[in-house]
Amino acid sequence: MSRRVLELQQVIQRLHEVAPRLGRTARFMEVCGTHTVNAFRSGLRSLLPDNVQLLSGPGCPVCVTSQGEIDRIIHLATQPNVILCTYGDMIRVTGSTSSLADARAAGADIRVIYSTLDAVQIAVGNPHRQVVLAAVGFETTTPATAIAILEAERLELDNFTVLASHKCILPALEALLDSGKVQVDGFVCPGHVAVVTGAEVFRSIVHRYRLSCVITGFEGPQIAAALLRLTELRLGGMPRLENLYPQAVSPEGNPRALAAIARVFEPVDAVWRGLGMLPESALGIRAAFSEFDARRRFDLPEHEPPEPRGCVCGSVITGRASPDQCPHFAVACTPAHPIGPCMVSSEGTCAAWFKYAAHPRRRAPSPLHEQEVPT
Amino acid sequence: MCLAVPAQLVEVDGDQAVACLHGNRLSINVSLIHEPRVGDWVLLHAGFAIQRLEGTDLEETWAILEDLAAAAAEEGGDP
Repeated sequence: MSRRVLELQQVIQRLHEVAPRLGRTARFMEVCGTHTVNAFRSGLRSLLPDNVQLLSGPGCPVCVTSQGEIDRIIHLATQPNVILCTYGDMIRVTGSTSSLADARAAGADIRVIYSTLDAVQIAVGNPHRQVVLAAVGFETTTPATAIAILEAERLELDNFTVLASHKCILPALEALLDSGKVQVDGFVCPGHVAVVTGAEVFRSIVHRYRLSCVITGFEGPQIAAALLRLTELRLGGMPRLENLYPQAVSPEGNPRALAAIARVFEPVDAVWRGLGMLPESALGIRAAFSEFDARRRFDLPEHEPPEPRGCVCGSVITGRASPDQCPHFAVACTPAHPIGPCMVSSEGTCAAWFKYAAHPRRRAPSPLHEQEVPT
Repeated sequence: MCLAVPAQLVEVDGDQAVACLHGNRLSINVSLIHEPRVGDWVLLHAGFAIQRLEGTDLEETWAILEDLAAAAAEEGGDP
């Protein structure tokens, strides 16, 4: 038996020992797509005590990107003489009428990049074309976009712009708690966001909402350890901020990454899927770097269309519904034919449920279904 | 999307470096790390080293857990 399995068993055993003392069901929320997937993949979800629930919150950046923003990215990709660069997660996300994959099939020049600096190099190699980087992500990803803009400035590129859709996790958690629509007992906080922001960014949740926040890594035992600590802290009645990932996360974060973000970006209002307009919840490009801002160089549609009919991604993202409560889940909406972004992104909650959770609809007799779901 | 993986630096040249990841050599940017050195373990995210790792052993999580439980018992909650 592997050491990881043994470690997971040890933590789970201790969790089963302490959980009955709660006397009720405790609901803890993770806000990171990698936590979502690994909680399933490690087997952790199936091993939790009945009265310890793990909810998935707004932690997948693709999933929280609004329908209108996806439309703007697709609009840019279809402009003449444009090369649109994006991370692979965005390719199949559907906007109001189509996806980047559809646009590419229709002839748009869309390049999947690994690093933001790949997009800069594409701009260097194509001086007569406009290269746009569609930059989506939380604080983990934002520094790489900032560095790309600084590099484009250094190279004096006039054909490189960024459509920045970077979001900040803290305003989303605050909006979720302020809405009163979700009852949670504490947060499993995202380790790699905290690498950049620092652990202390979550302390306001502890102080303002009296909820514990435990930062942790991405292995099953690490997520289990966070749930154990949250349970113990709930029993103790005194909320705390704790860091189970000090190998990577410091109290103050990565100063170089934070400096790059602060130099290039400033807080702006943004629409989140499932949460609506949240003030100062995203990062927009500062005026000093406006020549690299795709929102200023291109005319973009400003509409915010409604989410797909019947799709409950907005409720799934905010922990108000589980994927199996969606009428489309595993029937009309599958990884092969996704309707909402939570099924598109490999780190989306619906995709994780589809892949790992037992669900009766997955056994529904349908030729399409039989092709997609191995038995 | 926020996935980051541990990788070891095997070459460093200014802001550029080569990292070894499961035997693969990747060209990465290390401008977000203070004084990167060959042999350092870093967290690699989308082509950028976003942090130097102080240790990657999962056993550390257990030790931290014990320490935190003891500290919480002594100190109580955050003020």
